[in-house]
Amino acid sequence: MTGAEAANALFVATILVYASAMFAYALEYAFDRRAEKRVSEKELVAAGNAVVDRAAKDRASEPAAGAPITPAAARGAGRLGLVLTYLGTAALAASIVTRVVYTGRWPWGNMFEYTVGVALAGMITWLVLVSSRHVPRRLGLFATFAVTMVLGTSVRVYTEAGPLVPALDSYWIVIHVTAAIAASGALLIGCVFAILHLLKRRYDRNVSDGKAIRFPLNVAERLPDATALERLTFKIHVFAFPLLTFGIFAGAVWAHFAWGRYWAWDPKEVWAFIAWVVYAAYLHARVSGRSAKANAPWIAILGYAVMLFNLTAVNLVFDGLHSYAGV
Amino acid sequence: MKKKIRSFARRWWHQLTSMRTALLLLLALALAAIPGSTFPQRSISPTDVDGYYAEHPDLAPFLDRLWAFDVYTSPWFSAIYLLLMISLIGCVVPRLGVHLKALRAAPPEAPRRMEILPYHRRLDGEVNETRARAALKQHRFRTVRREADDGAVTVAAEKGYLRESGNLLFHASIIFVLVGVAVGSLFSWYGNRILSEGEDQAFCNNLQQYDEYGLGAYVSETSLPGFCLQLDDFEAEFTDGGPTSYDAEVTYTVDGDEDAYNLRVNHPLNIDGANVFLIGHGYTAVVTYTDRYGNSESRHQPFLSMDAALNSEGAFKFPDANFNPETGEVDSGAEVGFDAILVPTYDDSTAMLLGSEPELNNPVLALTAYRGDLGMGDGLPESVYSVNEEQVASGELEQLNDEAEVIGVGDTMELDDGSTLTFDGVEQYAVLQVRYDPGGPIVLVGAVILIGALLPALTVRRRRYWIRWNPDGSVEVAGLNRNDYDGLEEECDALTADIAPDFRPPKPRTDSEASIGSTS
Ligand code: HEM
Repeated sequence: MTGAEAANALFVATILVYASAMFAYALEYAFDRRAEKRVSEKELVAAGNAVVDRAAKDRASEPAAGAPITPAAARGAGRLGLVLTYLGTAALAASIVTRVVYTGRWPWGNMFEYTVGVALAGMITWLVLVSSRHVPRRLGLFATFAVTMVLGTSVRVYTEAGPLVPALDSYWIVIHVTAAIAASGALLIGCVFAILHLLKRRYDRNVSDGKAIRFPLNVAERLPDATALERLTFKIHVFAFPLLTFGIFAGAVWAHFAWGRYWAWDPKEVWAFIAWVVYAAYLHARVSGRSAKANAPWIAILGYAVMLFNLTAVNLVFDGLHSYAGV
Repeated sequence: MKKKIRSFARRWWHQLTSMRTALLLLLALALAAIPGSTFPQRSISPTDVDGYYAEHPDLAPFLDRLWAFDVYTSPWFSAIYLLLMISLIGCVVPRLGVHLKALRAAPPEAPRRMEILPYHRRLDGEVNETRARAALKQHRFRTVRREADDGAVTVAAEKGYLRESGNLLFHASIIFVLVGVAVGSLFSWYGNRILSEGEDQAFCNNLQQYDEYGLGAYVSETSLPGFCLQLDDFEAEFTDGGPTSYDAEVTYTVDGDEDAYNLRVNHPLNIDGANVFLIGHGYTAVVTYTDRYGNSESRHQPFLSMDAALNSEGAFKFPDANFNPETGEVDSGAEVGFDAILVPTYDDSTAMLLGSEPELNNPVLALTAYRGDLGMGDGLPESVYSVNEEQVASGELEQLNDEAEVIGVGDTMELDDGSTLTFDGVEQYAVLQVRYDPGGPIVLVGAVILIGALLPALTVRRRRYWIRWNPDGSVEVAGLNRNDYDGLEEECDALTADIAPDFRPPKPRTDSEASIGSTS
């Protein structure tokens, strides 16, 4: 097997493993009835006694009415999902390392490699959040879904790994592109949380208004508290915004060396600027007034839409200096 | 009346410097930037703008009146960012005053009823004041002790001032960056030049010798530093049909001193603050034309690449050919020109003219010859990369061969009058950009400050903490976060435990806001 084939095999394995993980998380998400217990957690804790807790645990050993598996089995599926997520991420990293070894260069040379990097950064962000207990495991359903979508899209722009064009042959590729990839990956997860928050908020409102809950709102039933989701969204953006800023500045420094000017409103630069401004607007909305804060998650989603546009449309449709980054 | 105006102005000033306006202006700026990526921009590629004009002759002038081809210098784009700047300054300056005062002031007194604060505990047992203040100091709180009339003693503590410092510095640095950009646009200049190999091709730093140039408003043509530059050798390396490195050996002369430099992409040459960048390359075809009287002329003609395989187009023009030694004049209607395509790797086993590889493995020229009036004398600017099509269309220039003639290096194309064009060989040229931008370093410093200030502005949290010894002997502590964050309770409990060793924090409460961690 050549290096290229090995890298591709690992890549395909990653997608399959992530898809299985997604299925496992889905089982936990749907059938772990403890999630319901969590809704009433406050009373449980307020009662503050172990008897109630044990009662809840006993209940947890039987499947809820109509559910095909027990909550304990569902949690087992969730644990399996997490293990698979780690495995898939290791395979993805190995695939990238293999590419590095046989091309002998940094692995961010074309759009395919960039997109794969974003998937890896997104999943690492997610795993850090889960292992630091910032988010419940079962939400891995949404993270694996988002990342698998990104990986699936990257296949459409698959490029044979080749050598780098001269402008890319610089250590700035390490600095600039790595920062951009890390920021995009983290922002992907931030966007997922913004969406989950909006879903849950809508769900809560419909519940309190006594309105019917239909798809996709019913998915929100097992989501954590809407306020907590919003805070997490904000935290992720607080982490990612300086990274994005740094990535853009590093790009400007590199543009100085490679193209003789640090900023010239090349389409990629225009859309990076727009993304930055939209995320700055998100942070401002978050800290100013009630109504602006309520709209902030929408601005975060808009920000990610701009990031995606910059990655896809600007590479494929517009004619600019970044176009040679290869499709 | 005066009062009315003043209150009106104040109201508007408030509006402009409000956060909501800043928000809207930020989003407006994002929107306004979009057309710059959908329409060709003069500042990037004037030829693309001309192309747009040719394609949409009706729409283009209308768009032009809306500055669609100069978005980033347009009045509407400028208006938005100027408003944003004013809003920014109006926002930063008063806050700077407030913050400077806060930096000097003591942490404020606790409210009388401390239990209304988000964190509040009653402590049993002794709390030693000296020890408490030492603990607060160790946690880098700023503290002040106050005694009330009723005998209550309060220690107020606050930390996290760095957040606001960072925030103000961050916003100020944006202004700094924009000043750098403005300085750049006023004092910078640049010139682009295609430079072929060889001593006789050298050029010097003045506007006449650039193919394209731009001067900032405060730069005069005569103030450019004098230096000359020559390309000794250029090498492009290719792997699998793609370029992997460009390597230019150049010699430059400043004030009579000669020096050599190995110019590469990403490795510019600095001459007196101006940078010389290698931004591209291409092929130069060398030909010799021998006219019907036996006079020879050589041309080193740079060709423009048309694709990634460096199939390139160009033209050779000989307006002074066919000088008749008997009449002492150029024969009328006997100027000669050739349109040519240079194919670096010609594969004669296929019917295709264009090659698929950029390396010089079997270079050929595909030539179409013309004779007549090249139309070069009429003073209009014209392309050096093709013969004038209008002259052909009007019959002033006669096309001599219907099908392009393909010749290799060393081969000769013979015209009907016995004159010949010989393909002597191919050289390389480098595309150079020379740029001087004194705003760059200012922007860089601003950017470094911006990032450095952004981190504390986003991550530091401002919080307050109070201890009160009540006259009745009881002790209360309380905490308040001034920024939205969720670790207040844990942090304050840890602090309280440091202050009062026998304090036991209550069982961790699963506050729905504090944690959404999974396992119970
Ligand atoms: C080019 C325009 C601007 C950009 C890119 C920008 C960017 C930012 C960023 C990234 C933050 C950090 C958010 C945070 O602390 O949570 C921030 C905070 C802030 N900005 Fe701006 N800003 C701009 C203009 C303005 C203007 C015009 C105002 C005045 C109305 C303003 C007022 C504030 C305030 C009050 C904060 C602090 C929020 C806090 O205390 O946490 N900004 N800005």
